[in-house]
Amino acid sequence: MAFLAITALSLAFTKDLFASVMFTGIYSLLSAAFFVLMDAVDVAFTEAAVGAGISTILMLTTITMTGRYENNKKYHPKIALTVVVITGIMLIFGTVDMPAFGSDTAPAQVHVAPYYIMQSGEDIDIPNIVTSVLASYRGFDTFGEVVVVFTALVGVLGLLEFSRKESELGNAPAPMSQHKVLRIVSKILIPAIMLFALYVQFHGEYSPGGGFQAGVIFASSIILYAMLFGVEQASKAVSMPVTKVLAALGVLIYGSVGVVSMLNGGNFLNYSVLAENDITGQHVGIIIIELGVGITVATAMILIFLTFARRIGKNSEETA
Amino acid sequence: MSIFIDSLSWALLLLGGFICVSGAIGMHRFPDFFSRMHAASVTDTLGGGLVLVGLMLQVEGQYIVLIKLILIVLFIFLTSPTASHALAKAALHGGLRPKLGSNQEEQDEDVLRSFGPVKSEDTKNKE
Amino acid sequence: MSFLEQYNYWVVIFLMMSGFYIVIAHGNLVKKLMGLTIFQTSVFILYISISKVIGGTAPILDDKYNVYSNPLPHVLILTAIVVGVATTALGLALAVRIKEAYGTIEEDVIQEKDLQQEGSTE
Repeated sequence: MAFLAITALSLAFTKDLFASVMFTGIYSLLSAAFFVLMDAVDVAFTEAAVGAGISTILMLTTITMTGRYENNKKYHPKIALTVVVITGIMLIFGTVDMPAFGSDTAPAQVHVAPYYIMQSGEDIDIPNIVTSVLASYRGFDTFGEVVVVFTALVGVLGLLEFSRKESELGNAPAPMSQHKVLRIVSKILIPAIMLFALYVQFHGEYSPGGGFQAGVIFASSIILYAMLFGVEQASKAVSMPVTKVLAALGVLIYGSVGVVSMLNGGNFLNYSVLAENDITGQHVGIIIIELGVGITVATAMILIFLTFARRIGKNSEETA
Repeated sequence: MSIFIDSLSWALLLLGGFICVSGAIGMHRFPDFFSRMHAASVTDTLGGGLVLVGLMLQVEGQYIVLIKLILIVLFIFLTSPTASHALAKAALHGGLRPKLGSNQEEQDEDVLRSFGPVKSEDTKNKE
Repeated sequence: MSFLEQYNYWVVIFLMMSGFYIVIAHGNLVKKLMGLTIFQTSVFILYISISKVIGGTAPILDDKYNVYSNPLPHVLILTAIVVGVATTALGLALAVRIKEAYGTIEEDVIQEKDLQQEGSTE
């Protein structure tokens, strides 16, 4: 915890944005380690993949386009400091009543959670309780989350892709052909990473994993390919129009599972009515929606990175 | 026999931990970017590898965990030297040169031939 | 001792406040987004530390254990992490477009340019 505090403070006082991005990555990785200590293994997996991976890469591509150093402040921010200190004191005053750390009589532990822990084995029969709660008991929230990822993708595409003239595409940054060691190692690693992503996707019911982590890992393998072999080649390999269709397809798969369960007589996203046996229906439902989630998250991350990277070419055109 | 395996795994874990600590100290105390990076990559590869091999010896009965640990060691041996190679190459491109000997002006001819002489304004920005 | 038990929450509040300070006191838009990320992650840490039960284990059903940590905050935070990265991606895209439209991403320079434009069109 002390490391986290030190990292956050150093981030505040660094003028070099590149160093600040690295600090953000370190902060995410340290909090992922903290989550493991708190027995939150699914969350640690996701935070390490998303925070220390995708976030860092997107911020790096942004500061490539917007400049590496920030300007000095012209005035000393006394008002900001006092506001922050007052808010902090009020919040600390609020935590006096909070339950002790780790106690099992805290209000968070006694209401709904014991029902999930005890009934999840009989209702759904998969070992990973987090996946069963995420995909089945709270499946509607996960649907909203997939739609949020899709909406962010549409937003990024609308901002950065469609306002670009096609004629400026030709002068993209040159691929790193002289980095032979990196290319050879990544050619070995990229299929292994994709295989690992598929393993995490389908093993998400028995061990930490699931759709989100698998999607992010798959996207990071494609991003590795794009970084080393050139954005143009990666756009051709991944075929951007098809990927856009796939992103929408993932959300559609999720929604249609819900609609099919309504057509079968149950509520929206009630998986029990999908097959003759209740538990088989739950398994079928969970596998299909995790697939939809994985497809949408993977394609969204790939497209967002490729959109940012193609924009770099346009910017260096303007300034050159 | 099992006591032998247990003590061997403990020795490996302690040795791996010691290497990690010494790598961290080295990262602070070495005078130059490239030697610091060497210390960091030793921490990653050797320290991490020894800890994982020590953990492998502690596995009893669940062979799936053993296979996963072997795969992790393979992955680390493949990626961590590559990462330090990429860092060193990026630094050489950016204009940083290794400090050979106590005289700053000596440079390696191979490095000079492939990367050119130091561009002085870049090194001022780095330090 | 109630002091030691609340220690976790105080560190989290400190992290939250440092993220908050970065958002309101720095002018660079990308720096503000980084402060926002710190703020979000510290809230996740708060939730996950609420969910921990001392003596429990990760919430994966197994015959050997019968005390588990609470899985419900895990689910909420999983959703929150992904939503956070989506928001960050969108914010960064906006920063890139602002840079192209105004030529800078420092907040005070952008405000000056806006005021100049308003003054010249009226």
